[in-house]
Amino acid sequence: MSSNRHVVVIGNGIAGITCARQLRKLDGSVRITVISGESKYFFSRTALMYVFMGHMKFEHTQPYENWFWEKNKIELKEAWVKSIDFTGKNLSFQIGESMPYDELVIATGSKPNKFGWPGEDLQGVQGLYSKQDLELMEENTKSRVQRAVIVGGGLIGIEMAEMLAYKKIPVTFLVREESFWNNILPKEESELVSRHMREHHIDLRLNEELKEIISDSRGKVKAIKTMSGEEITCQFVGLTAGVTPSIDFLRNTELEVKRGVKVDFGFQTNIPHVYAIGDCAEFHEAPAADRRPVEQVWYTGRMHGETLGYILAGKELSYKPGIWFNSAKFLDIEYQTYGTVPAKWDADQIKSFYWEHFGGKISFRMLMDLEGRILGVNNFGFRLRHEFFDQAIREKWAGEKVVSKLDKANFDPEFFAPYYIEIQKAFKAQFGGDVTISKKTFIQKLFGASV
Amino acid sequence: MKIIQSIGILLFLVGLAVFTVMPFLGNYTLTKEVVLSSTKDIHQEKMVNILEPMYGETYSSNFSFLSTYKEYFNEYNEHLKAESKWDDVIWDDYSLSLAQSSLNSPVRDSPWLFFGLSIGLAVLGGLMYNLPKYRGEPEGIKNNGIFHSAMKNRGWMGMITGAYLILFYIILYWFPAYIVNQIWMVTPLSMLLSGNPASQWFLYGTLYTLAITVMGVRMFRKYRGNKYQQLRTASVMFFQTAFAFLIPEILVLLNQPYFDFKNIWPLDYDFFYDYQIDTFLSSGGVGMFMLIWGILLIVIGVPAFTYFFGKRWYCSWVCGCGGLAETLGDPYRQLSDKSVKAWKYERVIIHSVLVLAVVMTALTIVNYFSGFALLGNVTNQLHSIYGFAIGSVFAGVIGTGFYPFMGNRVWCRFGCPLAAYLGLVQRFKSRFRITTNGGQCISCGNCSTHCEMGIDVRWYAQRGQEIVRSSCVGCGVCSSVCPRGVLKLENGSTENRINEMPIIIGNDSIKINA
Repeated sequence: MSSNRHVVVIGNGIAGITCARQLRKLDGSVRITVISGESKYFFSRTALMYVFMGHMKFEHTQPYENWFWEKNKIELKEAWVKSIDFTGKNLSFQIGESMPYDELVIATGSKPNKFGWPGEDLQGVQGLYSKQDLELMEENTKSRVQRAVIVGGGLIGIEMAEMLAYKKIPVTFLVREESFWNNILPKEESELVSRHMREHHIDLRLNEELKEIISDSRGKVKAIKTMSGEEITCQFVGLTAGVTPSIDFLRNTELEVKRGVKVDFGFQTNIPHVYAIGDCAEFHEAPAADRRPVEQVWYTGRMHGETLGYILAGKELSYKPGIWFNSAKFLDIEYQTYGTVPAKWDADQIKSFYWEHFGGKISFRMLMDLEGRILGVNNFGFRLRHEFFDQAIREKWAGEKVVSKLDKANFDPEFFAPYYIEIQKAFKAQFGGDVTISKKTFIQKLFGASV
Repeated sequence: MKIIQSIGILLFLVGLAVFTVMPFLGNYTLTKEVVLSSTKDIHQEKMVNILEPMYGETYSSNFSFLSTYKEYFNEYNEHLKAESKWDDVIWDDYSLSLAQSSLNSPVRDSPWLFFGLSIGLAVLGGLMYNLPKYRGEPEGIKNNGIFHSAMKNRGWMGMITGAYLILFYIILYWFPAYIVNQIWMVTPLSMLLSGNPASQWFLYGTLYTLAITVMGVRMFRKYRGNKYQQLRTASVMFFQTAFAFLIPEILVLLNQPYFDFKNIWPLDYDFFYDYQIDTFLSSGGVGMFMLIWGILLIVIGVPAFTYFFGKRWYCSWVCGCGGLAETLGDPYRQLSDKSVKAWKYERVIIHSVLVLAVVMTALTIVNYFSGFALLGNVTNQLHSIYGFAIGSVFAGVIGTGFYPFMGNRVWCRFGCPLAAYLGLVQRFKSRFRITTNGGQCISCGNCSTHCEMGIDVRWYAQRGQEIVRSSCVGCGVCSSVCPRGVLKLENGSTENRINEMPIIIGNDSIKINA
């Protein structure tokens, strides 16, 4: 592989940047350019909400200081790509310039879903994905918003609700399903989150959908109408019903696209030397039984980038994700998951253990196969160790072994209440078996919070 | 609740205003008797003559009193200096004790009343503001609006606060004669505790302890539901109140040397000064215990505790400077500079201070045993330079006055020689580290933003690496503010404490040949 080739990455999100950094680590001489119209420097998209709430300034969301890129010879181009000449291997920018490439990585990420609702493009109606969306949201909430409506019950929606709460804007939250995020969360967890949202005075409307957004005389939103016919006066509407690959400029070209850019497990598209990673890539088939062809998570974006970095450096690899993991924070409640815990399962095939703290904000679920071997866990309100569950699930530990060693898996700060002891007791009560119940340490007895 | 908080702010401001105008109250009348009782025997005769024109005059302000005093006093000295009669020059500064004794003021007449109106109201107001915070809200740490605040993001309120603190420290260290009213105000309290009149240092200690207490209450509210933060806050409040404030005063009451049992050399830079050693040696068993205790802390306490728990056992659980930084300074923690450049400056400056403190102390000890044969004058020079530049300017004026500009740990990060010593142990021989939870980091930057020591925590976390840094004081806030449960302060095996992860956990695509 010629090492003075020019690798161009479109998109400076976690996928594109990880790819560029990984490639640079493995190959000191390849020329690397990263293009973004959104912002010159890489920032953490997941942190935009904290900028809005004044926890951080925008520059704090940038994981690398500005000198980092020059030092690592990663060229940054601030521009939007208009079109790509795949035969001539040349990019055209909206500002009129062009740039040749030898290898192209498409990492353009996602954009908020819009389902053709009447009024979805009115002033005061928006999604939240990009830096520009954040700036727009700051603009849209500057003048007095008496009520906001959020449509779509996912992670971005609840983040938006938290952001609006910072500005003391009351929120009505429309969720199409019968409980919050119930395509991902089992019933109990979904209810736990719903309760917490209501505790934060979010007006959660389940089984409710948006019908249309109503404009005032100046093209600004003034109300919405729901499917059930209710009209809700509001000055802001957040559209957070999921995201879709942001590849409009690639449609109707030689590049094979469907929902996203179609790729194999080497991230290779149908055109040689053109690759796609992150939110905008769509595998021909799902990479694993519990995964989907389009993976739109921070961590998968990072893994795609990491893997393609190796591939571009000449290593023979194909994408092979390990044990699934994910995390989120619902207002004040942290959530982690390891392994496979679907929203619903066949009770004849899978055994479920669920424990919930009497306060209703802390819970633990473990799914096991019929032989009692761990498949995955969900934990809310306390922290568990990634490494522990990566090993336990990979090695298919028996549920009782996992529970017996739960003190080792605990990742809560020192002096926190030892919830794992309660979980061990509950597990023993429900499944019996050879479960060791941990003893409180001396320090926990002396200072530890009570469970 | 809002009303109580608003009244609290109001009371605090009234208390602060009373405290601030106090130096302008009362008048000053000097008498011969005052001069006799306030000056050393060898200077009595001269001083009585020098100040004779002032007797019986009533000066309406400290400015006129002190400037007149200086006029006469300097005239006398300048004269001698011009004639190079160095031995006759009076080098002592009597302005504080003379101003104190000459004062007639309502504060001196009713100290408790003014104590209540200034410090009392400020404390009450502070508690009224802090206690109802977050009431009725679910548990969880809210850093809402920090960067939109004029106080916490170097806005006008922060500037004013910083300027006030800097001015306070300058007056406290170099112009205490201007605040004799405040010293009179705390004198009855001092009499209660130690049986002695107050000094400016007692005034400072009182304010310091109350600041930690009131702002410690704020910490309890802010970090409710977080046992680690609550316990370590309770710990610094206890060590400040008991060890730094009450016990030393009570020791004096019992005719023992003033001693802070938790202050460790080289932060306690005068521990080995000749007058300190003489005090220890002349105070029998108690003095000897203090000397041995202090040395044991340096040679065994610091390395052993730091090996097991990291430097946090001291810096964020025990230390007085740390105590103030973690309570009064907590609203400013996000202002620390996270750049690699700042880290470079930090390493050079803090280790230079350590070297300076060690050299100075070594020289002092050598001189002590050799009867000041070796570079005797240089030792004194060094003491005064260190005391001025490091002890007062760096630790006090910059250390606290710069909270609203550079964050709450400027002294601890750039200047404290004990922190440097603890840090060396923590970096190279300790079980302490901040563990990163596998691949769960989303690079959001909350950890780095709220790190008071300016450590770019995220740099490590997003690579799946453990965080091992000499400067980390183990406050645990990175772990508290992490939205994804990624960080945990741990004491564990020293093996693999510093790990370079080639591939972040969760990606099986790449096999590294182990």
